[in-house]
Amino acid sequence: MAEKDEKVIVAWSKPAPGEAGRTGDWRSQTPVIDHDKCPQKDYCLYCWLYCPDAVISRDFPLEIDLEYCKGCGVCAEECPRKAITMVDGRDPG
Amino acid sequence: MTDVRIITANEAAALGAMLSRVQVVAAYPITPQTPVTEDLAAMVERGDLKAEYLTVESEHSAMASVIAASQVGARVFTATSANGLLYMHENLHWAAGSRVPVVMGCVNRGVGAPWTILNDQQDSIAQRDTGWIQLYCRNSQEVLDSIIQAYRIAEQVRIPIMVCYDGFVLSHMSTPVEIPPQDKVDEFLPDLVPGIEISENGFMNLNPLILSDPRSDAEGVIQPGYMDLRYRLQNDLLASLETIGDADKEFESVIGRGWGGLIWEYKMDDAEHVLISMGSLASECTLAADSMREQGLRTGVVGVRAYRPFPADALAQALARAQTAIVFEKDISYGYRGALASDLKAALYDADMRPKVSSFVAGLGGRDVRPEQLAESAVNAITSEPTHKWIDASG
Repeated sequence: MAEKDEKVIVAWSKPAPGEAGRTGDWRSQTPVIDHDKCPQKDYCLYCWLYCPDAVISRDFPLEIDLEYCKGCGVCAEECPRKAITMVDGRDPG
Repeated sequence: MTDVRIITANEAAALGAMLSRVQVVAAYPITPQTPVTEDLAAMVERGDLKAEYLTVESEHSAMASVIAASQVGARVFTATSANGLLYMHENLHWAAGSRVPVVMGCVNRGVGAPWTILNDQQDSIAQRDTGWIQLYCRNSQEVLDSIIQAYRIAEQVRIPIMVCYDGFVLSHMSTPVEIPPQDKVDEFLPDLVPGIEISENGFMNLNPLILSDPRSDAEGVIQPGYMDLRYRLQNDLLASLETIGDADKEFESVIGRGWGGLIWEYKMDDAEHVLISMGSLASECTLAADSMREQGLRTGVVGVRAYRPFPADALAQALARAQTAIVFEKDISYGYRGALASDLKAALYDADMRPKVSSFVAGLGGRDVRPEQLAESAVNAITSEPTHKWIDASG
């Protein structure tokens, strides 16, 4: 691990997974996908489009990176097929 | 041939920005700053100044725009007054925390309510704790010269600077001002060397949310926490005391005029009584000192040019032989005393000095302050116990 750079006077970062820490720790509800209800087609991808943390894959069957998912529930709200359910707790159950 | 023009401090400020080759100007008009925006807009329109002039919808947006322009590497300028400055308040903190070398003209005006368009220094004093460097000018020549100096200082220490000058008293008063030749200004003020900035070569988040403790970034490098960055701002502000002095000396050697750096002195060689003030009121104190000398009181003046960072050591040194220190200021920390008086007393205590210190609040909202009023108040303070009063206020 590199030493602290004393010349850093401004907060900045490179956009990258995990640059704000493991934000999955923040989650109090967890999205669970019912892949049978999901159309698994590129024309949908509402969840991928709306996810503010970009943690949903574009490949099917969809995967959610729970390391960084904050559990906001936007994907479940936006899914036109109601294929995503928010369950209590940090685990998908 | 020397180029001397009869101009106001507002015109001098606009010329200072032009000579500094600013690239982006974003400003919203407010009395008494308005002529600065008019002049700069005209310079850009005529093609005399190769800059983008952004007509923004508010002072908050003006400051946001110059911060953003600075973050992509442009030299930027804005100016405001009073409630406009207060409307910028959030972004003043943001500019200092972002360490952008923004330079702003602050045309000092009293703050509403009730509305006043006339002069005092409550507006900039209310921004004292935002992390900006504040310079106070005594005349239009100093305004022009200080804006050019401010770019050199700000770009060296990466801290924004407000160059403060009194509304109407200076902003609308025409006096002779010498315009330094462009090649001399270019010699004094090197091109802006970008700091951390957004460029087309790489994406970055500037000022992302950071947590309290240092943490490793996505590449495993330990990055400072909020408090560490703020500590560096404080240390760099304190270190800028030297930079401000050096810039003034360098300006004098290249352009031929110096302004004292952090503070300036008038008849201080044998002074037992010292009048301390900022801006045009400090100039007026020299007249009061002269009349007090006619009464046999050895009186001098110390003008505070850099108020933040506070020149505590320089002031203690200047007042080393003073028996009485009398502060005159156009601001008040409501519920206590004038801001300058409180800071000065703290500096003297640290230096183990105990002159009699009195302070007077004067000229709020444009109320006229005459030299004889300053002299009368000072004489009373010398001949009686230390006092803290307002001049010419009834209630």
